[in-house]
Amino acid sequence: MLTVKNLRAKIGEKQILNGIDLQVNAGEVHAIMGPNGSGKSTLASVLAGREDYEVTEGNVQFLGKDLLELEPDKRACEGIFLAFQYPVEIPGVSTVNFMKTALNKIREYRGMSPLDAVAFLQLMKEKMKLVEIDQSLLSRSLNEGFSGGEKKRNEIFQMAMLEPKLAILDETDSGLDIDALRIVANGVNKLRSKNNATILVTHYQRLLEYIVPDFVHVLYKGRIVKSGGKELALELEAKGYDWIKNELAIA
Amino acid sequence: MTATTSDIDLIEKISGAFKKTADAKDNHRREALATFQKIGLPNSKTEEYRFAPITRALEKNFDFDKTGSSSDINSIEKFLIPNLDASVIVFLNGIYSKTLSKIVSPESELRISNLKLSIENGESTPYFQKYLANSADVFSALNSAFWQDGIFIQVPANTKVEKPLMILHINDAENSQSIGHTRLLVVLQEGSELTLIERSASVGANAIFHSFAEEIIVKEKATLDYIKIQNDEGKLHQVANSIIHQSNESKLSTFTLTMNGSLIRNNFNIAIDGEKCESHFYGLYLLNGNTIADNHTVVDHIKPNSHSNELYKGVMDGNSKGVFNGKIFVRPHAQKTNAFQSNRNILLTDTSTINTKPQLEIWADDVKCSHGCTTGQLDEEALFYLRSRGISHEEAKAMLLYAFAAETLEPIKNHELKSYLDDLISGRLNKF
Repeated sequence: MLTVKNLRAKIGEKQILNGIDLQVNAGEVHAIMGPNGSGKSTLASVLAGREDYEVTEGNVQFLGKDLLELEPDKRACEGIFLAFQYPVEIPGVSTVNFMKTALNKIREYRGMSPLDAVAFLQLMKEKMKLVEIDQSLLSRSLNEGFSGGEKKRNEIFQMAMLEPKLAILDETDSGLDIDALRIVANGVNKLRSKNNATILVTHYQRLLEYIVPDFVHVLYKGRIVKSGGKELALELEAKGYDWIKNELAIA
Repeated sequence: MTATTSDIDLIEKISGAFKKTADAKDNHRREALATFQKIGLPNSKTEEYRFAPITRALEKNFDFDKTGSSSDINSIEKFLIPNLDASVIVFLNGIYSKTLSKIVSPESELRISNLKLSIENGESTPYFQKYLANSADVFSALNSAFWQDGIFIQVPANTKVEKPLMILHINDAENSQSIGHTRLLVVLQEGSELTLIERSASVGANAIFHSFAEEIIVKEKATLDYIKIQNDEGKLHQVANSIIHQSNESKLSTFTLTMNGSLIRNNFNIAIDGEKCESHFYGLYLLNGNTIADNHTVVDHIKPNSHSNELYKGVMDGNSKGVFNGKIFVRPHAQKTNAFQSNRNILLTDTSTINTKPQLEIWADDVKCSHGCTTGQLDEEALFYLRSRGISHEEAKAMLLYAFAAETLEPIKNHELKSYLDDLISGRLNKF
């Protein structure tokens, strides 16, 4: 589904990604872990098309298309979804209207007819249950005055609505208490299928207790320095990131 | 204040034009002309007109020796608000047009008369020029000397005017320049209610100068919704002096939308001369091209226990210039006043500008007042957020700008009017 080859990117003059290689297939869940500043969020942002970053080398194929050539909105239409680490508050735009516009844009791109108000509301109600989010929250301005947990649940709600092929969750666990974490993870798990894939970007192993990954990659100084199964996350938790740093220093 | 040579020339030209007017012998008008000459036209050093180069525009674009521009407009259909059942009063190049006007409200609700006649027969004497002094602004004096035509509108006590009243100013500059001076006097008697819409529109590519003076008196417990639409696609240069005077327990809500024109200057004053009044003072300017729009507003709290809330927002594109100046006065007796003011702006280009200046002068000590102004660009992070969900750049931009602008429409109650304004605004935002 997604093939990343030798991806290098910088912001301003600062080189952040130094040659990422990653293969994600349908049905898989990949966790990207690493210490602060290793480039995890940059990778997520570059895949979603944030324009602050300049890709200096490498390429990314997504379902046979050159992802880096596409505008952020076209990437979303192709099936990429980024759950933001810090969802943006947008006063004056309700989540409901926003989602209706977004969903119908994506449907239009995929050659489907737009959903009418009734069908949309029905779909919304169904997806709301998944993340235990209240309709009154969705009628309000997008994320405005939402708690940290509500914002993250809203991200997963949007993901459920848009049914992406590849979801990238950028530190979705940060700032969540244990109950919110359970709700969010539960939502993600219910959305997992053999047709879609998920990239979890996280600092802690905690999230991986709830969403069990097929692969774990450790990112350090802009490169994937170690890959393994879910047990790698446990090892990291036990030994800390210094273990990786020391190992690399020796090598 | 010293006038420069060119200002003096222009003042002489305008004074010369005055002698040719029909009412040149009228004493009140001669006094007004004297006041106009005494104040002089604003130049670059005139603080109140620093960002609105109106004198230069008048010099460059108008020939004051020429009189009266003709018009053969015979339909106003395209200037009307769709589906809005309203009375319409039409001024064509500053002159009331009986044939184009249509009053649908019964006379028991709405009394409309010729302003000149109502001054002659004394009917409007208690109100005319009571609150808008010639000395208040040079263009107020100019208008008092020159006004060609005007109407006097009265709403009887305890009467609700069911259908809105729209005043349409059409400036026809098809064949030549158009210069018009219009005057309006509106009195809402005790406990009455009115929705008043004013719209200026133009045809033709020649220059237009429109001076405008209006006095609106809202008596005790009366309610006025006042909407001004400045969406004039021609080369309009307009200076509007408007004052709304409020008495006890009256309710006022205003909305001024400025979208087009060469140079639009609104001097808009609200005198809250009563207790327990409510005033919502809203405005939106969406500018592009080389348009200059200058909103000078005054909220004057004269009596205690009233509440005012002013919100003006602007989006500037192209080389446009926005100006906001908001004065709030709280007089010594106006205790327990609540006065809020906010001015927010978005600049879309490096070549667009906004000059914003809030001025609060508070002499009472037991009041709640606040003001704030912000200027910024479109939020890139918000734009990316919307785009990351499949919404195109243009649409995301329009959505964000709409969300920014729509707040100013909140006080508008009439459904058809609101939806018309909503369409106007969305249409413009999609072009930014």
